[in-house]
Amino acid sequence: MTAPMWSLREVSFRHHGARVRAVDNVTLDIPAGRTTALLGPNGAGKSTLLELLLGTLRAERGVVSFRGRALDAWARRDIALQIGVVPQGETEPLFTVREIVAMGRYPHLGPWRRESASDEAAIAGAMDRCDVAQFADRWVSTLSGGERQRVRLARALAQEPAVLVLDEPTTYLDIRHEMTTFELLRALRHEGATVLLVTHNINLAARYSDELVLMHHGRVAARGGPEAVLTASRIESVYEWPVSIVAHESGAPQIVPRDGAWR
Amino acid sequence: MSDAVRIRVAPTRARLAWPVSARLVALSILVLLSLVAAVRIGAVSMSLHTLFAAVAGRGDPAMVTIVRELRLPRAFQAALVGAALAVSGATFQALLRNPLAEPYILGVSSGAAAGAVFTVVTGLAVRMVWSLPIAAFAGAVLSMLLVFRIAFSVGRALDTRVLLLAGVVVSAFLVALIWLALAFADTDSVRSAIFWMMGSNANASWRSVSILVSCLVPAFVILLGLARPLNLLAIGESTAAYLGTSVERTKLVAFGTATLLTAAAVAMSGTIGFVGLVVPHAVRILWGSDNRSLLPCSALAGAAFLVAADTLARSIAGTNELPIGIVTALVGVPCFVWLLRRPTGAIA
Repeated sequence: MTAPMWSLREVSFRHHGARVRAVDNVTLDIPAGRTTALLGPNGAGKSTLLELLLGTLRAERGVVSFRGRALDAWARRDIALQIGVVPQGETEPLFTVREIVAMGRYPHLGPWRRESASDEAAIAGAMDRCDVAQFADRWVSTLSGGERQRVRLARALAQEPAVLVLDEPTTYLDIRHEMTTFELLRALRHEGATVLLVTHNINLAARYSDELVLMHHGRVAARGGPEAVLTASRIESVYEWPVSIVAHESGAPQIVPRDGAWR
Repeated sequence: MSDAVRIRVAPTRARLAWPVSARLVALSILVLLSLVAAVRIGAVSMSLHTLFAAVAGRGDPAMVTIVRELRLPRAFQAALVGAALAVSGATFQALLRNPLAEPYILGVSSGAAAGAVFTVVTGLAVRMVWSLPIAAFAGAVLSMLLVFRIAFSVGRALDTRVLLLAGVVVSAFLVALIWLALAFADTDSVRSAIFWMMGSNANASWRSVSILVSCLVPAFVILLGLARPLNLLAIGESTAAYLGTSVERTKLVAFGTATLLTAAAVAMSGTIGFVGLVVPHAVRILWGSDNRSLLPCSALAGAAFLVAADTLARSIAGTNELPIGIVTALVGVPCFVWLLRRPTGAIA
């Protein structure tokens, strides 16, 4: 196997004023060229771990390295040339869709340089792939939640990053757009991209990811392929709800929550 | 599908029909027209021909003096102050992601007013003409430093919500000090203090104009250079960081520049309200939030607006001059409400 994209060694983080650690002594490798899904119940520490991986939070203890170099040693702009991020939501003043997607070129252009033909091509290509080209001249604030989500995805693609990080990328999407998003992520991974996503959709994560990382109380409860991670007893103890496991036609394990209160 | 039954909630296309260069040309023409009107209109009106002759220094010496020593510097000062307030308002709105943000939100106006009132009450302003603008500028800068000091003592990074609250409380404290001083002052001092707080360009001179130019030009270049990072910050601080902006440094430079710019404007013409809040919003409603266009367009629109307001303020009530703050609000509010009611009125 190739060198990992990220490696964490005994990483801990406690939020200001919190009693317990949001991320507690995590040691983890996130492989390059694969799709990894970060799973876990609300408050398990997924978002905090994501911020530690992106360098917007600094680990209290332990070392986070990206491409073999400590994350602290990376300049923000160099990180942005490597990692495209699709955040959950953001303020949307009066910007057009094209203007928002074009912001993905910022790490390449800096504050002054004008967009060249290759920048234009990256922006147009990203809008096409995310099915937002028809909205190019509309204000983002007039779009639906799902459409805005796709605009943010297009902006990350316009960055032409090696790594794509997505925080709940399909929360507001209907089935078709949720599936096209996961299919797009699969296509990108086949083109060589590394994909890391946080999601509550365990079943799609199981079908579309190579690796699952299951978080619980700030620790890694399990990691590995979907078959290894998704066992009924583990899901029941982490999510505190009874479940059965069925097989998808592709062979991926699928979680079906059962009726009735716990115990 | 026919479009017989369609519910129109919002326009589907942004109004991008105007390229940036066309916006700038149109607004520059507006600034020129407002300047010409400002110099023509007054107790002594004049034809365009006399006006241009007087600017060139020919014709009736009295006219030459009125134009070159009174009206031109005053019109230029109004233009520069309007541009400064509008640019700094646009910057604050991007940084704070808050439609209510304006140049005075971090206590700059109260700090400047406290400094100005101090010189008025102590009689210093009468004895030394330049003490008032200097004290106003110093008060503005000190209050800004105090607000930043409070904001930094709360968290490690600069939290804009804390900064806003610090601005509000420091401002409230300074306003209390101002009224305390005025409670013990004589009627004349109270009157001139209140007039100063409502804003006026009556004391404009070529010196004040050149000071304003030397503040506005570098500040504008710095802020225009930050236009792309400001766009990213207007979306969100974490997004700006993900896209490679050094968020804390950008915020510090932009806040500092916009505040100093406001302080310079306030020192020259008092706390003229409304321009810094509404002009950037109006430009945004017309042409969007992209700061590469918003900052220069706001500068020109703010200049034209304040020159027009200043001309009205000194000509509408006969020989009495109105405080310009009254005019900016009385004229500006109806215009803004009209803009706000247009379909793209979503400003947040």
